[in-house]
Amino acid sequence: MGNGEPATFIGRLIKTGTAEGEALVSAEPIGFLGGVDGSTGVVTERGHPLEGLCVAGKILVFPTGKGSTVGSYVLYQLATAGLAPAAIINAESEPIVAVGAIISDIPMVDRVPIEAIRTGDRVRVEGDRVVVWAAESSGSGVREE
Amino acid sequence: MKLTGEERDWLEGGAGPALKRAMEIVVALGTIYGAPTLIPVESVQISGVSYRNIGDAGLRFLRQWADEGARVRVPTTLNPTAMDMVRWEAQGFSADFADKQRQVVDAFAQMGVGEGTPLPTCTPYLIGNRPAQGTHVAWAESSAVVFANSVLGARTNREGGPGAIAAALTGRTGAYGLHRAENRLATLCVEVRARLDTISDYSALGAIVGRRAGQAVPYFADLPLDAVGDPLVEEKLKALGAAMAATGAVGLFHVADVTPEARAAAMLAPAYERLVIDDVAPGYASLSDDVDRVDLVWIGCPHASLREIALVAEALRDRRVQIPLWVTCARPVRAIAVEQGLVSVIESAGGRVFSDACMGIAPLHDLGFSAVATPSAKGAFYLRNLAHVAARFAPLEACIAIAAGDR
Repeated sequence: MGNGEPATFIGRLIKTGTAEGEALVSAEPIGFLGGVDGSTGVVTERGHPLEGLCVAGKILVFPTGKGSTVGSYVLYQLATAGLAPAAIINAESEPIVAVGAIISDIPMVDRVPIEAIRTGDRVRVEGDRVVVWAAESSGSGVREE
Repeated sequence: MKLTGEERDWLEGGAGPALKRAMEIVVALGTIYGAPTLIPVESVQISGVSYRNIGDAGLRFLRQWADEGARVRVPTTLNPTAMDMVRWEAQGFSADFADKQRQVVDAFAQMGVGEGTPLPTCTPYLIGNRPAQGTHVAWAESSAVVFANSVLGARTNREGGPGAIAAALTGRTGAYGLHRAENRLATLCVEVRARLDTISDYSALGAIVGRRAGQAVPYFADLPLDAVGDPLVEEKLKALGAAMAATGAVGLFHVADVTPEARAAAMLAPAYERLVIDDVAPGYASLSDDVDRVDLVWIGCPHASLREIALVAEALRDRRVQIPLWVTCARPVRAIAVEQGLVSVIESAGGRVFSDACMGIAPLHDLGFSAVATPSAKGAFYLRNLAHVAARFAPLEACIAIAAGDR
């Protein structure tokens, strides 16, 4: 479906901005303090579905944040090193990641059906609007609006 | 969310980048929690101060915000640092760490925290930041939040570090959670049949109830507390609340006939769960590791009041400690304890009284400590989970005995 019609979702705006990139999707919550290396952007939490993968420049898609509130500063550390995600999409936002996105100027939106996005999809975030182009290799390509 | 014209202007950057960022945070948090509007707050308590916790990234962010022109709009106090800002060398901190910790405090001073002279403490209510009943504040530091809500009857949610700074810069917070009367009713009724004597017994009780309560509002139906006749009633409530806020996510509790809202009205929700506590010993045991040797005794979590320092001095009179015994408290409280001769009694016995500092957020391994005894459940909880040392949670008398090598 790579050349097919994109799916568009309207979410809830957390931090305004525009970004486009490749989706990196986790079905599990992400805790940035202790879960992501602030100097490399690599997910380090043992057993996490994204373990070993780098969040830099990705449209990072996950259900919600977890863990220590200091995690906001890990996002800031990533941003100052140029290793932040290009945008963040959550199912339901919580304060740690939301505050981290705001202080790091990372566009963020929540209340988007994240199960409709797969790793490798091309995603554009524009304010509260999320546009998804399914990757060539991804499943049936069926999308619901 | 409905914003005033001024709030919208700040959000759109009309008053500069620092206030824009602060408004973005306040509005995002209000949005997440479903606040219909923002409300003014009368004071703020900021957390996220220890350099060990926030690291270089946190420090860089605070400096950037301060340099963008961030200035607090309401009286704002600051959480503890990892070290005593004056006596850090005696604690064993490196000059490099001390320099970084000082830079963190300087950034807050530049923002106008503490009128430009921050006095780091987790007990702002002991040094003049003591909101009146019914007033809205935005406090971080879970033990201070629960004290403000429960003992003072003020209204605050459990704010996080940058969220509290944002509230200080805007003088606003979202009208949600514990700011709303309907969310202040108790949903867990606790009956206590255990015998409660010391301050730490209340801490042990809190360790048990906190784990069961989660985010619930506990109501203590029958605590043996005398709001008028017991000189340590505030210390006991402080210990109880701090323990519940650390082991659970409790932001408010009521005590029948004692705390202000429970004195004025029945604070039980129409539907509530029941919990009966027969014994507080499991509370002590749940936060004690099996260690042969303790190498530090730490008293003052939350920061010790003058009365708590007097209890330590009384217990140490004509004794000598064999291992380091540190009391932590707010700087003005230490100054009074010096005037009253309490610090000299403790230090003559070989103990130390440090201000500003919190051992739960200090790099204890770097300071040479690996097992710490404390009469505080919250202290033991953070010693284990944040400082990553072994902990022994025991009553004050037992902690003093350990320090004196009695056993």
